[in-house]
Amino acid sequence: MREDFSFHEGLFSGYDAEKRSYDKSSWAYERDAQGYAVVDPTLQNPRCVINLLRQHAARYTPEVVAQLTGTPEKDFLHVCETLAATSAPDLTSTILFALGWTHHTNGTQIIRTAAMIQLLLGNVGMAGGGLNALRGHSNIQGYTDLGLLSLRLPGYMNLPKDSQQTLESYMQAVVPHADEPGQVNYWHNTPKFFVSLMKTLWGEHATPTNNWGYDWLPKWDRSYDMLAYFEMMHQGKVNGYIAQGFNPLAAMPDKNRIRESLSKLRFLVTMDPLDTETSNFWQNEGTYNDVKPEDIQTEVFRLPASCFAEENGSIVNSARWLQWHFEGAKPPGDAWNDGHIIGTIFTKLRALYAKEGGAYPEPVLNMQWNYRAPEDPTPEEVAKEANGYALADITDDKGKVVVRRGELLPDFAVMKDDGSTASFCWIFAGSWTQAGNQMARRDNTDTGLGTTPGWAWAWPANRRILYNRASLDVQGRPWDPKRQIIAWDGERWGGADVPDYPLTSPPNSGVGPYIMHSEGVGLLFAGGDKLVDGPFPEHYEPTETPVLSSALGKTALRNPAARFYADEKPRMGNPTEYPYVATTYSITELFRHWTKHSRINAIMQPEQFVEIGDKLAGKLGINAGDMVRVSSHRGYIEAKAVVTKRLKRLSVMGKDLDQVGVPCHWGFKGAARKGYLANTLTPGIGDANSQTPEFKAFLVNVEKV
Amino acid sequence: MGMQSQDIIRRSATNGLTPLPQARSHEQEVAKLIDVSLCTGCKGCQVACSEWNDLRDEIGHNVGVYDNPANLTAETWTVIRFDEREDEAGKLEWLLRKEGCMHCAEPGCLKACPSPGAILQFANGIVDFQSEQCIGCGYCIAGCPFDIPRISQKDNHAYKCTLCSDRVAVGQEPACVKTCPTGAISFGSKAEMKDLAATRVQELQSRGHEGAGLYDPAGVGGTHVMYVLTHADQPSLYHRLPDNPQISPVVRGWKEWLKPVGALGFIATLAGAFVHYMGVGANTTDETPPPEPKSKQDNAEHDPNENGRDA
Repeated sequence: MREDFSFHEGLFSGYDAEKRSYDKSSWAYERDAQGYAVVDPTLQNPRCVINLLRQHAARYTPEVVAQLTGTPEKDFLHVCETLAATSAPDLTSTILFALGWTHHTNGTQIIRTAAMIQLLLGNVGMAGGGLNALRGHSNIQGYTDLGLLSLRLPGYMNLPKDSQQTLESYMQAVVPHADEPGQVNYWHNTPKFFVSLMKTLWGEHATPTNNWGYDWLPKWDRSYDMLAYFEMMHQGKVNGYIAQGFNPLAAMPDKNRIRESLSKLRFLVTMDPLDTETSNFWQNEGTYNDVKPEDIQTEVFRLPASCFAEENGSIVNSARWLQWHFEGAKPPGDAWNDGHIIGTIFTKLRALYAKEGGAYPEPVLNMQWNYRAPEDPTPEEVAKEANGYALADITDDKGKVVVRRGELLPDFAVMKDDGSTASFCWIFAGSWTQAGNQMARRDNTDTGLGTTPGWAWAWPANRRILYNRASLDVQGRPWDPKRQIIAWDGERWGGADVPDYPLTSPPNSGVGPYIMHSEGVGLLFAGGDKLVDGPFPEHYEPTETPVLSSALGKTALRNPAARFYADEKPRMGNPTEYPYVATTYSITELFRHWTKHSRINAIMQPEQFVEIGDKLAGKLGINAGDMVRVSSHRGYIEAKAVVTKRLKRLSVMGKDLDQVGVPCHWGFKGAARKGYLANTLTPGIGDANSQTPEFKAFLVNVEKV
Repeated sequence: MGMQSQDIIRRSATNGLTPLPQARSHEQEVAKLIDVSLCTGCKGCQVACSEWNDLRDEIGHNVGVYDNPANLTAETWTVIRFDEREDEAGKLEWLLRKEGCMHCAEPGCLKACPSPGAILQFANGIVDFQSEQCIGCGYCIAGCPFDIPRISQKDNHAYKCTLCSDRVAVGQEPACVKTCPTGAISFGSKAEMKDLAATRVQELQSRGHEGAGLYDPAGVGGTHVMYVLTHADQPSLYHRLPDNPQISPVVRGWKEWLKPVGALGFIATLAGAFVHYMGVGANTTDETPPPEPKSKQDNAEHDPNENGRDA
């Protein structure tokens, strides 16, 4: 690493306290004359990543971890020893995580820590190994794959930013240079994927002369994540909002403030199968939603939508399998599926742009929209468009035609950057080919170690275990001979799974298994632009914390790079008024704020409750079944108390710390008893990288009502 | 209603003089095995039960625990019980148990029931209520050592888990078994389930749960719903699951002792009257004509109750 990279008092080099952000130029490799990263295979150089990591992690002694977390030292060591035991060649472990890790201002770094542990233990690329997300919603994986985050394009490409006004400057920024010689560096193919996307977006309008319509793409000046958007809304800078399958009044932090934001809109459109709290934010529901409807001028349009079981389509699971599903029933009443609603809005808007012009009609008018029924694109049409088509005969390097014009693409390897292929999500190429809908396959034959390549279809390239080349050593010998997933047959790689490696690169070729990284290796150091809050993970307290000084003895107590809006500051509480730590979560009986609308689910957990540790309950004189009030600096909820031993009193930094559990399911709509939206309590701040709200730790007070 | 495809081996308040249908000698006893160590308390079984049996209970209240509905009702035939336990070392366990009818081999409910045919026991071991025959007396509740049956406030009939007798009759597993996402509930012949239980118990014991074992209590002749418990030595840890369930001595005393004695007394009275009539002749007075002898019809009405046996 460069000599000017450093870490001191909780801050990495390059911190600008005023902007609350880092200049990341020092988070970089030392380079040789050819521009490659300097390496020391003996790991003796003190500036090696592993040595800097050792130094960084050495501060986290078991005593310090116990002080910071309240987990007794012996329990922490038990977990460490159990995990470390899986570093043996014939053992592996998987780490499953969910929102308990993401809902923090340093959530991305928590997950990254787990990934680094798995890398260090040799548990990546092994069958049954890795780090696996359990998604909060069934199709969050698909949502991310399709680039629905505000700074992304489909297939994990970046949306251009405003400093990238030309295609050339964008490509220069996003196509990675080789950090090491001889590595795959697969993202060097980005231009092929990008141009194929542009050919889908703009069709015949995307030409080499107009840089494939690059000017029509939005260029971001800042993140437009949901926290940012509702902040803008609160400032009166947003006219209208379409909530598609989204209940922001219930799902976003600081519900009372979200309600104020929605009240400043001129119009709100909801597309939902359910009568959501958001579509009723203007209704007075007593203490559950204490508003004056006559003061709210927002016009609300409620468009009833079908639910997933009432339409064909695919859902991507956490293992990246695209599984096709079929319509099980017709949607009730006047409900339409989302494609029909969006297609109708789009065609009507486009007709208005065609007739009246407008500030910038080109992106709308030039958008390719060649569906059989423009106002009702079918899931099948959209799925094929994601896979992509050949727009001209595609030849291999010997001139042989491998894909004919008009055919569906067999995979992303045939994509071109000359406009002869179209695909709006390159990683989905291969999901619907000339052989048919691969996502609808249901052959569960086990080809080895539980691999079922004939069941549905996994991106990329139907590969089931990412980085599976790492399950063998450099010479190509499996770490665990009893559990070999791929093998070199003298000419090619093959096996039970699709190899995640160049098929003809032999063992000992020096090609690293991490083909998406320009270094070819797993990354313990997130240099460059990857993360905003540090190349190594660091523990920071939540924004609202009862801890006033860290056991790490540093000045930066909280994540110094988390975005913090000025008008959120007065909404944060202090431990004197709010001495307990609350956390929100889901319970198995109910799914978010949806299934409370279903009578049987409502019967299973009919009434709002909070969980209180038995020691805290004893101190406050609260018995199971009593009504309690839980309040934060942003509002309060009242609910039944479930007194439990499961929420333990922790000893953190030498002080008793009591926790309150707040399940977030009830609201003022649905079949269950009316309750308060749990997000009345939560703070409006997000993870420094992903802007996922900090729902898992904040300060509250508890009183018996 | 009984099912024509099922042999009935016991019928409430019915004597053994008229043989019950026994056309199928091959029927195996079935059993549901609930492995509490695999249960996550998701209540999928409760939902599946409500859906299959078309039950919709009230949207109730939280009473300070996860258990909901708070208790079994005529419209809730199974509930997950949640009990927290801290051992001497301070190790916390959340003990979960799916509560519902145990389908005893010697059903206390059936023994106690005074209404002919309101409770049946099929040859496969399922104990099923026939609600249209139920008179709502609640004796089945008194007879049940597990406190399972409930009387509906709507129709005054008793209800409980049927072990999805309608599904089992056509070769399907009960709805709760089908839906359980962790495989905590299994269904098959009683012999298979005992084998499976033995494997699971061994596994649990090898993982440090020395007290693991099968709950198939002998006091009720064994059950057709069995548990694998991690603390089989202390069943009552699981929300007061009886350590050694027995049919109440009151029910036994009444049905096994008092009823035969009563019946005997009745027969003796009749016999005495007959002897008197034959030996002495009818009691007569000057004012009234001799009474008719007790009609056959009257006897027929009384017979099932007075002479009946349960088995």
